[in-house]
Amino acid sequence: MSTITTQDGTQISNKDSFNGEMTATRPGPVFVASLSLALAAMTSLALADGAAISLNGNTRGALACTTCHGAQGEGIPASGFPRLAGLDAGYLRTQLDDFALGRRANAIMTPIASALNDDEREAVARYYAGLRGSASMATPVPERHSPGARLANRGRWPQGLPACIQCHGAMGAGVGASFPALAGQSAIYLENQLHAWQQGMRAPGPLGLMKRVADKLSAADIKAVATYFSALPPSHPTPRSKP
Amino acid sequence: MKPMVAVGLAGGIIAAAAVVIVLMTQGDPDTAGAVKTGNSEVVATPVSNEPASLFQPPSEQDLPDDEFGRIVKLGRDIFEQTQRYAGPYVGKTNLRCASCHLDAGRLAHSSPLWAAYVSYPAYRSKNKHVNTFPERLQGCFAYSMNGKAPPLGDPVLVALESYSYWLASGAPVNSNMPGRGYPAVPKPPLPRDFERGQRVYEQHCALCHGTDGAGQQDANGQPAFPALWGEKSFNWGAGMGNIKNAAGFIKANMPLGLGGSLSDQQAWDVATFMNSHERPQDPRFKGSIAATRAQYHDSSDVMYGQTVNGQLLGQGTP
Repeated sequence: MSTITTQDGTQISNKDSFNGEMTATRPGPVFVASLSLALAAMTSLALADGAAISLNGNTRGALACTTCHGAQGEGIPASGFPRLAGLDAGYLRTQLDDFALGRRANAIMTPIASALNDDEREAVARYYAGLRGSASMATPVPERHSPGARLANRGRWPQGLPACIQCHGAMGAGVGASFPALAGQSAIYLENQLHAWQQGMRAPGPLGLMKRVADKLSAADIKAVATYFSALPPSHPTPRSKP
Repeated sequence: MKPMVAVGLAGGIIAAAAVVIVLMTQGDPDTAGAVKTGNSEVVATPVSNEPASLFQPPSEQDLPDDEFGRIVKLGRDIFEQTQRYAGPYVGKTNLRCASCHLDAGRLAHSSPLWAAYVSYPAYRSKNKHVNTFPERLQGCFAYSMNGKAPPLGDPVLVALESYSYWLASGAPVNSNMPGRGYPAVPKPPLPRDFERGQRVYEQHCALCHGTDGAGQQDANGQPAFPALWGEKSFNWGAGMGNIKNAAGFIKANMPLGLGGSLSDQQAWDVATFMNSHERPQDPRFKGSIAATRAQYHDSSDVMYGQTVNGQLLGQGTP
């Protein structure tokens, strides 16, 4: 269990170096609290059961993940509940931490993430990273010159806007713990996130990159690019990316 | 007459002040021209890196639907997915042409192909003879891609030349087009420094290129972020191995989407840090590091053959 403590500490310090703003605003008591949670985790013998949490939640008020994210983590695209299956474990873990610490505002997820301890967040993140989700409902990939495809694959460099795939990988497969997979993700969810960055409802992300990107997109751009990625087949990465 | 002169002078001063304010707040070359102020003329120099003054390559949607268009598209595909479309000429690297020439070779200040194409044939001090454009392309494979040069006339070179020619449609023959190459970054106030560069790297670069400089793959195992040093990076003969060039690229373009956000000092420092690591041997190796440095790298902007933290650079990677 000491590994979890170590990993946790490492993750926090990584985030610190990439995002000074967050470090500056992190409340001291929360850090102390998570430290004591980590110490508590050290006394338990096994990692919490991610599958069980996803099905039943926990006794401290966390609801079952499957209610909104589907039986196999496929999400409910039409309702904007995101796909979790196959996303990077480190990325999912960071999102749970961000919900709990108020870096990411969401009325449903904040109480749930807050009700999960460190150990449970890690377990549930790893569980979903290892799922493949249900078969893709991908529609045919839009042709290369559709506005969404062009933004995704080329960006709009005269405006300093990089292509999405430059950081999120070819076909939106995802790169490491900082650049999540976009392929096969709910279009509504992707749209909501881009709007959330524009409105400051979601922490700007490493180096503030996503806030900068979102601010250069019109509502029509957002719709086009979200639709494009939602139609790509989800990738099936290995359960845990290289740190 | 005297009152009129006074009014003219005052008007001139106000007009001149207005020009200065316009330049300071907008820097827009379209608004900065020759402005008459009394008898004197204030000439504002257009800002050459403003988008409006830069050459605009044609849109891909306008590619002809014929054999030429097909080869141009192949050139673009080689440019973006070099390993896949030109594998035999690419070394162990995870770089693509588009790693250093952003926006598939279209972006100004990122060595755009349209500016390069109209600059050749040209004499190059690197190999001391007049190089044609295809020969210049060969150099990219030999050094930046750490591979081997396709022979002249090879379909890979024909496709890349076609793509470059097409991107330059409407450009004048001119080796000094605004936006060519990477911009020159003014010498920083402090001597460039490895350790300051390391801190810049950790804060602004490691997120994508990794703390070990090896870059990252995407979840499908495809190259995503290029290696900046080590066995998968460009070799010691590449232009990016020159700190001055690297500082220019970094200042203008890095981090992706945040170009221009680093100070001149940070750009020089982090370029120094990047190029103070080992990378694949220069293919022109003369048998000793000292001889190779003397022949090809005799510059304070190249770390080949210099010692950093007790390590002699230029030994190459396994």
